[in-house]
Amino acid sequence: MDFNFTEEQDMVRDGLTRMVRENYDWDTRRGVVASEAGWRPEVWAQLAELGILGMPFSEEDGGFGGGAVDSMVVMEEFGKGLVVEPFVPTVVCAGGFLKHAGTAAQKEEHIGGIVDGSRIFAFAYAEPRGRYDYANLETTAKKDGGDYVLNGHKAVVIGAPWASHLIVTARTSGERTDKQGISVFVVDKSADGVVTRDYPTIDGRHASEVYFENVTVSPEALIGEEGNALPLIERVTDEAIAAQCAEACGAMKVAHTMTVEYSRQRKQFGVPIGKFQVLQHRMVDMYTEYEQSVSLTYLATLRLDADERTRQLAVSAAKARIGQAAHHIGQEAIQIHGGMGMTDELAIGAYFKRLTIFDSEFGNVDHHMKRHIALS
Amino acid sequence: MNLEFTPEEVAFREEVRSFIEANYPKHLGDTGMREDLSREDFVAWHKVLGEKGWSTPAWPEAYGGTGWTPTQRYIWSEENARVNALMPLPFGVSMVGPVIYTFGNEEQKAQHLPGIRSGETWWCQGYSEPGAGSDLASLKTTAVRDGDHYVINGQKTWTTLAQHADWGFFLCRTDPDAAKPQEGISFILLDMNTPGVEVRPIKLIDGGYEVNETWLTDVRVPVENLVGEENKGWTYAKFLLAHERSGIAGVARSKRGVEKLREIAGSEILDGEPLMSDFDFARKVSQLEIDLAALEITELRTLAGEQAGKGPGPESSILKIKGTEIQQRLTELTLEAVGSYGTPLYGNIANVPGDAGSNQYPIGPEYAQHAASTYFNMRKTSIYGGSNEIQRNIITKMILGL
Repeated sequence: MDFNFTEEQDMVRDGLTRMVRENYDWDTRRGVVASEAGWRPEVWAQLAELGILGMPFSEEDGGFGGGAVDSMVVMEEFGKGLVVEPFVPTVVCAGGFLKHAGTAAQKEEHIGGIVDGSRIFAFAYAEPRGRYDYANLETTAKKDGGDYVLNGHKAVVIGAPWASHLIVTARTSGERTDKQGISVFVVDKSADGVVTRDYPTIDGRHASEVYFENVTVSPEALIGEEGNALPLIERVTDEAIAAQCAEACGAMKVAHTMTVEYSRQRKQFGVPIGKFQVLQHRMVDMYTEYEQSVSLTYLATLRLDADERTRQLAVSAAKARIGQAAHHIGQEAIQIHGGMGMTDELAIGAYFKRLTIFDSEFGNVDHHMKRHIALS
Repeated sequence: MNLEFTPEEVAFREEVRSFIEANYPKHLGDTGMREDLSREDFVAWHKVLGEKGWSTPAWPEAYGGTGWTPTQRYIWSEENARVNALMPLPFGVSMVGPVIYTFGNEEQKAQHLPGIRSGETWWCQGYSEPGAGSDLASLKTTAVRDGDHYVINGQKTWTTLAQHADWGFFLCRTDPDAAKPQEGISFILLDMNTPGVEVRPIKLIDGGYEVNETWLTDVRVPVENLVGEENKGWTYAKFLLAHERSGIAGVARSKRGVEKLREIAGSEILDGEPLMSDFDFARKVSQLEIDLAALEITELRTLAGEQAGKGPGPESSILKIKGTEIQQRLTELTLEAVGSYGTPLYGNIANVPGDAGSNQYPIGPEYAQHAASTYFNMRKTSIYGGSNEIQRNIITKMILGL
């Protein structure tokens, strides 16, 4: 048993801490979020330069041979700065599909671009009526000669406005909620028939509704086995969940620190409000929630390569519990900041919003409680 | 002891229901309070009620109250909540109005009460300051006597909807040397068009602009605008806060919100079934409804006590705490119900001038569009009106005697 980070991981963290401090201060982030583009390609280029985008790929695929713990380190720092750039969709999700199931040609074609920052992905899995069930698909991919023709509507695809490519889940056979008959495709976003409606999200990112209208893709676009992609999707989304749990930990850490700091500065009744025991204990509870969340993030991350059931139990435990912690810490942070916590001027509101939306991504508290119960 | 309506009360319910159906301005729809409403929208129903004589039901009849019993007032708010009516704002009707008819002089009553009843005059509340929130008595805005005027200097904050206000009621320090901070405060009415008053909007986390900073620089106010006695303002402020708390429970509106939540959760599908038939979710909705049922009876008990001659006392703090907790839980569950479509930043918020990324298209179901912003906005309720921590302090001191 070893809870130490390697020297390389410490270096990565230090580098990112510096980068986030220098390039992601609150005023800068606010400006970026309010801008038309909503992100900064130059930050993405800098992440490529630092080797962050290539970290979890093997050396033979053109990466730096890291793993899930490296992504955890990265995402925690991103969470601290509320970084909006699409690391999870591109590196964790698209990267995960390619690593686990990509052909040599697919890896060759896409991983180099991910590592050098030129190729950006979004993961189009959710549907308007799917509600966290990856198998509940109305999007279809029908065989047409040698090709596939995609039709359907994907909802709230995070990072899609910035993406050059999409990873798309679609039904190649079977009925709407069948576990069999699901396939995964990589689709060039500029392909004929891909229609997007872009919008900002309430937590400072950008997303799209993505419509596929008779989009033809070649058989080379299929990732993994036709019709049998659900276990692969579950594996990759579990990896994405672990990464986002780390992000939530980073955001909770900052939200807690800011709250404690505010309670030191803010005076009422002649003393800093942090002197009131009723607030002290609540900030202690926030801290405990945060530490428990870090532990579950470690558990989930370190179980990603275990057998399926062990992995799913750990990931659902983390996502369910951290979903609760994220709500708790976000709400208490606003309450203890008082009226100032309600203003758009302070950073704390942005942390609260990100921590709120975190719960609704890749399955909320109830969804993962159910999965945990089913596996127990 | 019973909970049934008398035949007279049933008849009353029919009467107000038909009145609301016939007269509630159709163009307001059933969306309730929204920040993109115009001033005219905000006061549209108030003006109709003013003409009917129903805008200030809780006031004494001598000042334009309806003389309704607490039960009738309860029926009235229930019936308005059925259509999610945009009720008269509280600043005039529930806050300064009762202070004026209780502590004001005849001139003040004659000058101000008609405009409050009719909805002609828009009032705002100048209480909180950047350094005086929960510790309101530490407020620093000063009113210095200069001949037949007070000269007011200072800064107020969280002045809700002051961008529309004609008048404000302000707490100002008139005796900086008083033995206790509470003793040197006065309650002053201020025409918001007076030179030296500047209202600056504050953007909130939901993207809206419902509160403001109000800067007061050498604002000259005639001494006639002092309510009651100089340096006795704290007494009036406490009286007002107790009134504010009794309306703050929002029971009828929360009941309507639960109905809406059930509708939404009936439309959302989980594993092929309506979300509402999912046990985990249904349990949370029932938990909320049970808490709300308890609060409803607690409020009715409080109202009955008032009718028996007891003023709203410290137990109204319970209504504030539970009422706001329920409102927050309701909006949290609504956001949970809408799932992924809680994530987009919808047009009504992004379309504020100067904001990038306006979003013109409807994305997702209509009921999802306000879910996240409403949840964020409702975090204010446990902070304003005396934070819920302050309410607990009040109960600790006044009820437990600790």
